[in-house]
Amino acid sequence: MNNIFVYLEIEDGIVGDVSLELLTKGRQLADQQKCKLEAVAAGYQLDKIGAQVFPFGVDTLYLADDKRLAPYTTLPHTSLLVNLFKEEKPQIALMGATSIGRDLGPRVSSALFSGLTADCTSLEIGSYEDKKAGKVYTDLLYQIRPAFGGNIVATIVNPDCRPQMATVREGVMKKEIRDPEYKGKTKKLEISKYVKDEDFIIEVIERHMEKSKLNLKNSHIIITGGYGMGSAENFKLLYDLASVLGGEVGASRAAVDAGFAEHERQIGQTGVTVRPKLYIACGVSGQIQHIAGMQESAMIISINSDPHAPINTIADYVITGTVEDVIPKMIKYYKKNSK
Amino acid sequence: MSFNIVVLAKQVPDTRNVGKDAMKADGTVNRAALPAIYNPEDLNALEQALRLKSKIGDATVQVLTMGPARAAEIIRESMYRGADGGFLLSGREFAGSDTLATSYALAAAIRRIGKVDLIISGRQAIDGDTAQVGPQVAEKLGLPQITYAEEILDLSNGTITVRRRLERGVEVVKGPLPMVVTVNGSAAPCRPRHAKLTLKYKNAMSVSEQQASSTDYTDTYHTFTIPEWGVADIEHEAQWLGLSGSPTKVKQIESVVFTAKESKQLTAADTDIEELIKELIANHTIG
Repeated sequence: MNNIFVYLEIEDGIVGDVSLELLTKGRQLADQQKCKLEAVAAGYQLDKIGAQVFPFGVDTLYLADDKRLAPYTTLPHTSLLVNLFKEEKPQIALMGATSIGRDLGPRVSSALFSGLTADCTSLEIGSYEDKKAGKVYTDLLYQIRPAFGGNIVATIVNPDCRPQMATVREGVMKKEIRDPEYKGKTKKLEISKYVKDEDFIIEVIERHMEKSKLNLKNSHIIITGGYGMGSAENFKLLYDLASVLGGEVGASRAAVDAGFAEHERQIGQTGVTVRPKLYIACGVSGQIQHIAGMQESAMIISINSDPHAPINTIADYVITGTVEDVIPKMIKYYKKNSK
Repeated sequence: MSFNIVVLAKQVPDTRNVGKDAMKADGTVNRAALPAIYNPEDLNALEQALRLKSKIGDATVQVLTMGPARAAEIIRESMYRGADGGFLLSGREFAGSDTLATSYALAAAIRRIGKVDLIISGRQAIDGDTAQVGPQVAEKLGLPQITYAEEILDLSNGTITVRRRLERGVEVVKGPLPMVVTVNGSAAPCRPRHAKLTLKYKNAMSVSEQQASSTDYTDTYHTFTIPEWGVADIEHEAQWLGLSGSPTKVKQIESVVFTAKESKQLTAADTDIEELIKELIANHTIG
C-alpha cells in the first residue's frame, strides 16, 4: 500500500518514452520512500508490456486488457484509475504531460479530490511546514514547475490529499534501465469491476498517428536558430551545418512563430526539452522559456551579433558575429580539419 | 428549444510578452507590468461557439469567467465578437483557488445557468499552462469531454463530432451531448470585433463597474448589465472553494536565475573559428 504508480502510455503495443522516463524517476522516488513502484497498462493485447517495463524496476504491473480500452478514450481510463487508486491508495501517481496524461490526470484528480501539478520539471521528496495550522509534513512530493511563462519556478505540495499527482513532459526526465533481470509481478484486472459499460460513449472514428520523423530529443548535436536568423532562407545555413556535423536543426519559439521553421522543431518550455552533447544557438536571444529547454546541454556555443544577448551568459563559447559570416567558416574549417 | 453554449474564458496576464520589468526585485511577479488579455485559446473556443451559433441558428452563446471585477472586460470583448452575454463570477471567497477549486466554482455556476448543451473552453490558460480546468469541470458535472479540439466538424442528433490535434497526429471522435470541449491554439483564430456590436456593448458593465464609474447610467438607453455572481449566487459548500478547496499548496516561489558560466569570447575571425573547430574535434564533441 501507499506505493508509487505510473500510468503507461501505449501505442501499437509499445510503451511510450515518456512513461519509461517516469518509471525511471518513479523507481528513484520509490527507493527513497522505501515503497514499491507500480505501473498500470490499459489497452488491448498487452502481453508484451511486462518485458518492456520490468527492467525499469517495476514491482507490480497492473494489466487492464480489453479491446475497448484501445485507443485511449477519457472515461474508461479515468474509471479504471479512480477505482484502482481507491483500492490501492497510492501516495504518488505520475503521468506523461501529453495529450493523454493531460486529458486523464485532471479528470482523475477531480474525481478523487487530489491535487495535480502539470508539467513538472523536477520531482523531489521533502518536508513542508504549514505555519497556519502548525503542522509539519514529511516525505511529501515536491512538484517543481515553471510558471508565469517560465519567469518563476514554483514548488507545489499536496499535504493532505492522496495520491499526489504530477505530469511530466517527454524528455524532461532521464530514461535509465534499473536492471535487465528485474522481476516484478503481473496482476490482471477484471475490467467489469473497474469500468462501466456507459463509459464507452466516445467513439474514435478516425485516427492518424505519425511517428515523428524528427528526433531532436535523441540528437547529440543540435543547431538552433532564433528570431535573429531573420528569414527562413537563412535557416538553410543551419541545415547545411547540421548535415555536415550530423546534427538536427531546432528553433526558438520566436523563430517558429515567425514562420522560419516548423513547430515540431521548437525547443523550450512549450516545445521539446533537449540535452545534447553540443548545442549551437544561432541568433537566439535566450528567452527564459528557451533556456529552460536546453540549459542541460553539455556544451553550448552562442553565435550572435549582440554581445549582450542573454543566452551568452550560459554559453561555453560566445562568438560575436553574424550567422552568415560564421557558419560558412565553421563548415569550411570542419571540412579542412576532420579526417 | 434553443441550443445553449457556454464558453469558459479567463483574463490572464500576458506572459508571452514578458519584459525586463516583469519581475520585482524581491522575485515576485509584477502584475502591473503585464497587460491583462483574453486568454488566447479561449478566443479559439469562442470562435468555435460562434460558428456553431450561426450554423444552428436557434442558439445562444454565453461566456462564463471567474476573476476580479475587471474581468468583466472578457464578457464585453466576447459580445463585441458576437456572444449573447455572459456571467462574471467574482468574490474574495474564490481567491487562492487552484485548478480544482476553480473547477468546483465554475461547475456550480454552470448548474446555475441551467440547461447547457455544450461547454467550450480553451485547452489551457497561458498564466498556468495546466490544461486542467476543462476536464475537472467535466468531471464535476459528470459530463464526457473532448480535449485538444481543433474543429467541431458536426453537431446533429444529439451528438458532436470533433477533430482533435494531438502531438503526433489527428483523431476524429464522436460523442453524445451535453459535452465539454477544450480547444487548441491550432484551431481557427477568433473573428475580430464587430464594429456595430462594439458600439452597442461598449457601455455594457457589471453592477460593480457601474458603481465605480462616475457616469450616471440610469438614463442610458440600451445599457446592458453584465450579471455578476458572488458566492451567494451559486449552490456550494464553502470548504470546496478558494484556499480550503485547493489541495495543492505553493511551498515556494523562486524567480528564475540561470547560473552564468565563464564563457570564452571569440570573434568571427577565421583564426578564432578554426581554433574552436579544432578544439571540438580534439575533444570528440564533433567528428
